[in-house]
Amino acid sequence: MGPTLDKTPTGISGLDQITGGGLPRGRVTLVAGSAGAGKTLLGLNFLVAGAREYDEPGVLMTFEESADKVASNVRSLGFDLDELQRKGMLVVLAFRVDPSEITAAGDFDLEPIFAILADAIERVGAKRVVLDTIEVIFGAFGDDTIVRSELIRLVRWLDDRGITAVLIGERGNRGGDSLTRHGIEEYVTDCVIVLDHRVTAEISTRRLRVVKYRGSAHGTNEYPFLISARGFTVLPITSVALDYAASEDRVSTGIPRLDHMLGGGMFRGSTLMVSGTAGTGKTSVGAHMVNSACARGEHALMSVITALGQGEDVSTVSVSAMVDTWLQLRNIEANGERNRLLFVLKSRGTSHSNQVREFVLTDHGVELVDVYIGAAGVLAGSARVTQQAAERDEELRIAEELARRRRELHRSVIEREAHIVATQDQLDAERTEINRIDLREGHLVADIEADRSTMAARRWADASPHNGETL
Amino acid sequence: MSEPYPANDWTGAEHDEQWDLCVYVTDNSPKSQRAIENLRRACEEHLTGRYQIEIVDVLKDPRRAAADQILAAPTVVRRVPSPIRKLVGDLSDSNRLLIGLEIRPSGEPA
Repeated sequence: MGPTLDKTPTGISGLDQITGGGLPRGRVTLVAGSAGAGKTLLGLNFLVAGAREYDEPGVLMTFEESADKVASNVRSLGFDLDELQRKGMLVVLAFRVDPSEITAAGDFDLEPIFAILADAIERVGAKRVVLDTIEVIFGAFGDDTIVRSELIRLVRWLDDRGITAVLIGERGNRGGDSLTRHGIEEYVTDCVIVLDHRVTAEISTRRLRVVKYRGSAHGTNEYPFLISARGFTVLPITSVALDYAASEDRVSTGIPRLDHMLGGGMFRGSTLMVSGTAGTGKTSVGAHMVNSACARGEHALMSVITALGQGEDVSTVSVSAMVDTWLQLRNIEANGERNRLLFVLKSRGTSHSNQVREFVLTDHGVELVDVYIGAAGVLAGSARVTQQAAERDEELRIAEELARRRRELHRSVIEREAHIVATQDQLDAERTEINRIDLREGHLVADIEADRSTMAARRWADASPHNGETL
Repeated sequence: MSEPYPANDWTGAEHDEQWDLCVYVTDNSPKSQRAIENLRRACEEHLTGRYQIEIVDVLKDPRRAAADQILAAPTVVRRVPSPIRKLVGDLSDSNRLLIGLEIRPSGEPA
């Protein structure tokens, strides 16, 4: 044996986790519990997993039911015992023990059990054995002292053969110190698992506890377990290894504006808590998220658990540490109406809106409406509608004012343009006048010249006529 | 075969009925030997000439033992007359042997 104990996986997820790999290999484990606690199923799961997944054939010796009954009981869980027997991976030995037809008369032993087991083990090369339920053997032969010592011998015998075995024991209804009715097995076995089935306030919960595990550390708490269509599942709540990668992938809540408030949706694999008092719309918000997940083609599970709590925030505070995102819903009552508000109380690892938002439940689910902030904070309901109307009026007034101003300016522009045209005309007229004056000025000079020449000629004042330069 | 009592003195099984017994033993362990001896003696005494005993060694034929639903040894099974009775032990207590197999002792009035 190495530094750590060799283990045989049971194939039961959760159980293998809390035992650090399964049951002690080559040793005997006692599984005790009251009637209906799921002992037989645990044993069968162990055998079927061994045969299917670990290439370890097994032997079931049952004193409880006929082989047919055992097979049909677990068929609904997907265990085909007949097929495993045909493949030589399993032997089912069923014994019907009827104390009324047995009388004890002197010394005896349980050697036939050993012989039958040895033969079955050899036949399939079994590595796993389940005995269900040992209590039946007690009482059947009238002498518990012999049965007790024979069972202890059987445990040693199985140990010697290196068989990983599960002894199933009925839990005594005497309660108290002893795990099984006859209280012998716990000290000869190396590992003891107790199954429990409690009904509290009409709610049934199955729980599993590893009472002892020689030579190995193990989870010691009570762990809830389920018996479902896929067999036996233990939920190792407190042994969950914190080794999963945090995803940065966002998942839409199905409420676009809420996604925006959360910085794009919730992180895949994170936990979102919606809290609020009765009638705040928690279930509707949840249902909306589930509905949108289904619409995207994802599978969603919605389970509705109703609990009668003591106060509003007592439960929510104590689970806050476990959730990544916390949405709080609140009803506010003002001006004769109740309105729904929503805000993000916390959201790990992402920026998120700090705003209190109003939401409404519509025919198409949950909708966040526009934010209107008034003197007393966020406006909701009729106050919001009033504010919306006031803002609409204001917008209208501004629009009209602008239109009026635009009209005025248009008019002014037209006037000024007309003015420009008139001025331009005047300018043109004046320029023409200037030109005309210029022209007239030339003629005038020439006339004067001509007059002067005429006069000079007339007076013979100069030798060379028409020579102006000499003047 | 001597018939010390009239037939109508027997309740249940007929007095001349054949008894079919089977004893399951482990090898030739002392307990097994004692059981066989005790059974033979009782049969000779009370069922003279109208019994047969089959001896099965469960170590040699464990599948037979499984099929016959035998968990303890030695075990005597009364196959006939019905109903089936099982008697577990070395049969050292002869009273219990007779009661367990419902053998009415001969020489004793009904």
